Formats: sequence, C-alpha cells, structure tokens
Amino acid sequence: MAGHNTEERDALTGRTTTGHEWDGIKELNTPLPRWWLNIFYATIIWSIGYFIAYPAWPTISGYTQGVLGYSSRAEVQVELDALKTKRSAQAADLAKVELAAIKADPKLLSLALAQGRAAFGDNCAPCHGLGGAGSKGYPNLNDDEWLWGGSLEEIHTTLKHGIRSSNDSDTRVSAMPAFGRDGLLKKEEIRQVANHVRVLAGQASEAGYDKAVGGKLFADNCAACHGDAGKGNKELGAPNLTDAITLYGNTVEDLVETIANSRAGMMPAWAHRLDPVTVKALTIYVHNLGGGK
Amino acid sequence: MSTNATYRSMSANEVAWAIASAALAVFSLFVASKATDPGYAFHAYVFALAGIAGVIALGKRAAANVPAVAAQEINGKPNYNMGPVKFATLASLFWGVAGFLVGLIIALQLAYPALNFDLPWINFGRLRPLHTSAVIFAFGGNVLLATSLYVVQRTSRARLAGDVSPWFVVLGYNLFIVIAGTGYLLGITQSKEYAEPEWYADLWLTIVWVAYLFVFLATLWKRKEPHIYVANWFYLAFILTIAVLHLGNNAAVPVSIFSPKSYIVWSGVQDAMFQWWYGHNAVGFFLTAGFLGIMYYFIPKRVDRPVYSYRLSIIHFWALIFLYIWAGPHHLHYTALPDWAQTLGMTFSVMLWMPSWGGMINGLMTLSGAWDKLRTDPVLRMMVVSVAFYGMSTFEGPMMSIKAVNSLSHYTDWTIGHVHSGALGWVGFVSFGAIYCLVPWLWNKKGLYSDRLVNWHFWIATLGIVVYISAMWVAGIMQGLMWRAYTALGFLEYSFIETVEAMHPFYVIRALGGAMFVVGSLIMAYNIVMTIRSGEAAEPLDAAKPALVPAE
Repeated sequence: MAGHNTEERDALTGRTTTGHEWDGIKELNTPLPRWWLNIFYATIIWSIGYFIAYPAWPTISGYTQGVLGYSSRAEVQVELDALKTKRSAQAADLAKVELAAIKADPKLLSLALAQGRAAFGDNCAPCHGLGGAGSKGYPNLNDDEWLWGGSLEEIHTTLKHGIRSSNDSDTRVSAMPAFGRDGLLKKEEIRQVANHVRVLAGQASEAGYDKAVGGKLFADNCAACHGDAGKGNKELGAPNLTDAITLYGNTVEDLVETIANSRAGMMPAWAHRLDPVTVKALTIYVHNLGGGK
Repeated sequence: MSTNATYRSMSANEVAWAIASAALAVFSLFVASKATDPGYAFHAYVFALAGIAGVIALGKRAAANVPAVAAQEINGKPNYNMGPVKFATLASLFWGVAGFLVGLIIALQLAYPALNFDLPWINFGRLRPLHTSAVIFAFGGNVLLATSLYVVQRTSRARLAGDVSPWFVVLGYNLFIVIAGTGYLLGITQSKEYAEPEWYADLWLTIVWVAYLFVFLATLWKRKEPHIYVANWFYLAFILTIAVLHLGNNAAVPVSIFSPKSYIVWSGVQDAMFQWWYGHNAVGFFLTAGFLGIMYYFIPKRVDRPVYSYRLSIIHFWALIFLYIWAGPHHLHYTALPDWAQTLGMTFSVMLWMPSWGGMINGLMTLSGAWDKLRTDPVLRMMVVSVAFYGMSTFEGPMMSIKAVNSLSHYTDWTIGHVHSGALGWVGFVSFGAIYCLVPWLWNKKGLYSDRLVNWHFWIATLGIVVYISAMWVAGIMQGLMWRAYTALGFLEYSFIETVEAMHPFYVIRALGGAMFVVGSLIMAYNIVMTIRSGEAAEPLDAAKPALVPAE
C-alpha cells in the first residue's frame, strides 16, 4: 500500500500503485471520483426522502405508510373516477335509453359509436377485422346480408348470447347436418348438391351436374331450412344461398366441404364478458357499420 | 516413455467418480423405463448416456496414463489446467452462434407469424426460451466458466483444484444446457421466465453448480498471491448468489420421479416476487457481476495498464452486491405486489446507478494513457465499446425502474431494447473480446488468424446493435403511448391490434439488426477456428530446428 518504502509510482498518471501484482496486473491508488460519490449520495438522499413520503418498509404487522398517504389502489380509483366524469353524464343514459332512441339522439349516438369502436377493436377485430370486413369463416359486418338478422334487436341478441356459445343457454343455435361425415348423402350426391347451390347463386356448374338430380336432392335435404328457392331463413340462421356472399367460399370444393362436414362456426356470448352498456354500444356500432336494418 | 508401459490403476478419487457415473446411468435407465412422458424418457436416456460416457472417460484416463493427480508446478511454474477452459471456450462459441440464430428466427416470427409454420416444436412460445437460455446460460454461462477458471488460475498462480471436478463442472453444465434446450422444444417447461427447466434439470444444475463453487473456492484457497484479485470477487459473488437464487426460485415438488411435471411451492404474488427476485438478479449477478469479473481481468491485461482505482473497485463491488439484490420488485410495478415492496424495488434500483457506473469508470479509465491502442487493436475496441454499452444500459435501467417511466415502458418493446443494449452490447461484446484474447493464449498462438476480420465483426455487430435498439426504442415508446391514448370522449383511441400493426416495420428493422449481429458472430467463429487450426505458434516448439519456422 501507499507509504511502503518500496512505493511504486505509475509514470503516466503519477499515482501510486497498491503494491500488489496479479499476472502482471497492478492497481492504482486513485481516490473515488468526487462527482461519482456525490451522485451516489444524492440517490441515497432521494431514496430516503421517498421512504418518508411513500409506503416503504415492512413492519411486523404492516408497513410504513408514508406521509403522503399514497396507495396505488386509491390512485387507480381517482383515475377511474376521472374517466367516468370525462365520459360525461350521457354515459348513464346509454344504459337506460332504448337502442332505437340512442340511434335517434346525435349526442348519444356519437358516444355509443366512440365506445363501440374501442370495444370492437379489442374484442371483435381479431375475427371480423378492424373494419368489420370479415374473412373466410368470419362474416362481413359491412354488408346488408345477415345470418341472424340485422335489426338493432337482432344484433343485440347475437352479441349478448353469441352463436353456438357453450356457456350461454340462450345462444343462437343452428346445426346443419354433416351430410358426408354422418352418411346422409353419398359423395356423388354431395357434388350434385354443391353444383346445384352454385347454380342457385347464378354460378357455372361442372360437367356431370344434372339439374333434376341436384334439384331433387336439394329439395329433400336442404329446402327445409334454406327454403325451396334457397333464400335462407334468418329465424334458423340458414344463409341465403342465392346471392354471391358465402361465408366459407363458393367453389365446388368449398361447398362440398361445407355440405360433407358442416362448419358450425362459433361466436362468444359477450354478455358474460362485457358490461351491458358496452354490448349496447357495440350493437349500435355494428349496426352503423353499413348494413344495419 | 518406455514401450512396455503398464496401465496405471484408477485412483480412489477416479473410482468414486466412476461409481457415481455408473449409478447415474443405472438410475436414469430405471427412470426411463417407467417415464410417463416420451420427452422425459428421452432425457433419462441422455442422462444414462452421460453416465456411461463418464465411466468410459475415467477408464480411458487411467489407460492413457494421465497422472491421477497432476503436478501443481512444473519447473517452478504453475501447471495450469487449461483443458476445461478450452472446452468451455469452444462451447461458448457454438452456443453463441446457435443462440443468436434462434434469436433471429423468433425476431422474424414476430414480424412474419407465418414462419411459425404451425409446428409446435418451432413455434415462438418454445423458441423464445430456447433463445434466452441459449444466449444467457449456454453462451454467457460457458464464457463465464471459461474465463473464471482461467482468471482464477492465472491471478492465484495456482492450478485448478481437483483433477476430475473441473471437467465435471464444464461437461455437467453443458449437459444441463442440452437437457434444458431439448426440453423446451419438446414442450417441457415450468413456465418461469429464465428458469424454465423442470425440477430434474434444476437438481442436476444444483450439483454441478456446487462443484463449480468448490473448485473455484479451493483454487482461491491454495493461491500463491497474498491477496485475492478483484475479478475473483466478482466471479465468487456471481457463483454464490446464482446458487441461492436458483434454489429459491426453483423450490418445486415433482408429481413423481417418473414425470417431468412439478409444482412450485410459492403461489400468487409471493411466487411473482420470488420469480423477479431471481429474474433481476440473474441480470445482476450472472450478466453483470460475472462479466465485470471478465472486464477486470481482460481490459487491464489487454491494454497493459494498471486498474484505474483500487478503492473504487472495493466500494462499487460491495455497493453493487448489497443493492442489486433488492431491485427485483421493479419488474412488478402497478401489480398486486404491495406498494411498499414496489417502493423498495424502485429506490434500490436508482441507488444502484452509481455502483454500476463504478465498473464502467474503472473499465474506461484503465485506458488512460493508452487510448491510442483503440486505433490499432480492434479486440480492445470491442471491450471498450462493451463498457460504454454497460454504462448506457445501467443508466437506462434505473430510469426505467422509476414508476412514472415504468408506467409507459412496462410490457412494451422498450424493455426488449433495454435488455438487448445490455445483452448484445455489454455481455456480447465483452465476451467476444475475452474470447479473442483467450484463444491465442490457450492454443499458444502468436495472435489471431485475422485482425481485419475482428474489425469487420466489430463494425457489423455494432451497427446491428444500434439498428436493433433504436428500432425497439421507437417501437416501445410508440406502443406505450398508443396503449394509453384516450379519445376526447374518454375511450381508448387504439385497439391492441392496431398497436400490433404499427409495430410491424420496427419488427422487420429489428430482425435486420439481429441478422447483422449473427453475421458478426459467424465471422468470429470462422476467425477463431482458423486461429486454432492454422495460427502461428507463439514459440517454436524446437528452437534447434529453424527450418520449421515459417519464412516470412
């Protein structure tokens, strides 16, 4: 150490060394940098101040509360209350007023649309897309074609109870048979029906399609739900087959798959996940996307 | 050596090791026969193979007449045991390249989810822990094993304690890595971040780690220097604390010895607190203290200058050790963790700022009087830049631990950026520097195969890090701001999916930065392999035959 009579000085810095050497490495007796020490002290003093102000140290039966009386739970409550105020008194009206009346009131409507848009993005967009345009298996919500009806009340029911939702006894259920898997129709017959459905929608049919055979099969197996003309039935959730809109595609292969194995897509019952006002706001938002009836 | 040499018989020590290896093999085969899960059976067979290989290796050691107890000194010089160091050095190189590559793959998966290919073994959820464990524990761990076992010998002027034990440590540790990594791919995990391996892998690591501690301590014990060098304080703090953290966070009850599944004894917020006490100190003691040990040896050695301040090294060492252990709760701000614990986590993280910077000051200022070497020595440049990254991320860390900042940064990619400025910049670069130093020393070469390639590695990787972390800063802060944005009517402005969409370009840029880092590591791997295979020997083995010295 410094003070030995064998004191060694580093020529470049003028500092003494500690006098030890490990594998050629020595150490200098440089004092602690002042700025370093001062900032270190400052962070300690700041921390002590923080301990005094905020909950900090555990005790045997609790903890030091801090002179500011801070608690993160209380802070969250303050923020939630502020949000409530921001959303204004009209928010309470959303709960009380009928759906149709909300649509008629421009102020309530804009509030419902704002709330609906926020809820749609986090709950509906993952399947239906941010703009509600849907994709294969997930209905487009912008058009005026509805499986279960496009009125405010019908959309509200669908949202609340879902479709084939396993945890809601009022859920919308329709069960198209799996004609192939369950052995109701033969492979060739399914192909005839698939072609017949294409013809109903004004699409070309493949060679081998026999209108008489396809028509008979359709009347015997499909018309009960989809109607003789294939116009569908919203009461049963049976889609209209005569337009160009198909949920699972309209190539012969797509249709064969649908008829053979059925599809039975599902939508959650949102009444169990979202509060009633949010579901209402979503109803207004979806109704307003373009196709509401 | 005479031609009729007889094989020496195994020493009592070797016989004990062989019995332990054989017992491991037999027990593993028994477990494999009753395993409830094919992945677990596979692991039992791996353990069995390792046990059998252990018996064979010990037998061959005796057959090859390797002295059962090596001489401590030869001609008055310490007879250093560098075999395990060499192994760990090469293992770190292999795991490093592999771990960086997996990182690149998952970065691409985040940008292009189709790259998951709907295959369970390579989906993001399994590859992510594979990446983190490969870079932290496989790459970083082997660098720490190699450097600590090298440094403790050189700075103690003593041969590593034990003859079989050091080999058990490095081979056993790498066996743990194989078990952990293949387990992730097979879906075996206890779902604790950075502590994913299941109970049996944890038990194995405990045995290996205790052996590591004993080898290290016993080597220090028989040192020929009066004092223990600062690098060894850091290594010892790392080894000791990791043992405690590992045991605390992995306290689990297995369902059965025939099943890989276990249940952690902690629950709820206590479990969360244990997890982040462990998680943050894995950063503090594995990735900081251990690598500061590397810095304290390799920087002064490379610049050939004394360490800047002995006093600073003492003060910042003890301050760092004392303060780091409290910092974990800052990972749990605004959660069910009690407010008082959050306060302690935050304040101790802020107080940790200067103790962390003490290491940076000592690293950088050791260059005073020798800064010109940065121009000519790309290896030194790499280590100095690593210290600069260390300084940057140890400022950023305390800042992010402040609750107000954390409310914006937490759960965003800012955290990922922060971690990678530390991981790629500090841990990566100081390790590369140490490997570039170690390989010529260990394999007795004049220098590296190519300094130009080191330069290329340095620049490509540095640029890659900058691209990576700036992309994550922008992405993370944007993400945080989008999450908290409210409309005038008091509803969230952006849905989660919109924030995901906004991240896409930054994910692509991040993958690009990561790719550059991978390219750099491949250049290093080539350079190291060429150095070992064809580098010029430091001293001609036989001076009497000058014809063998290459003409230049």
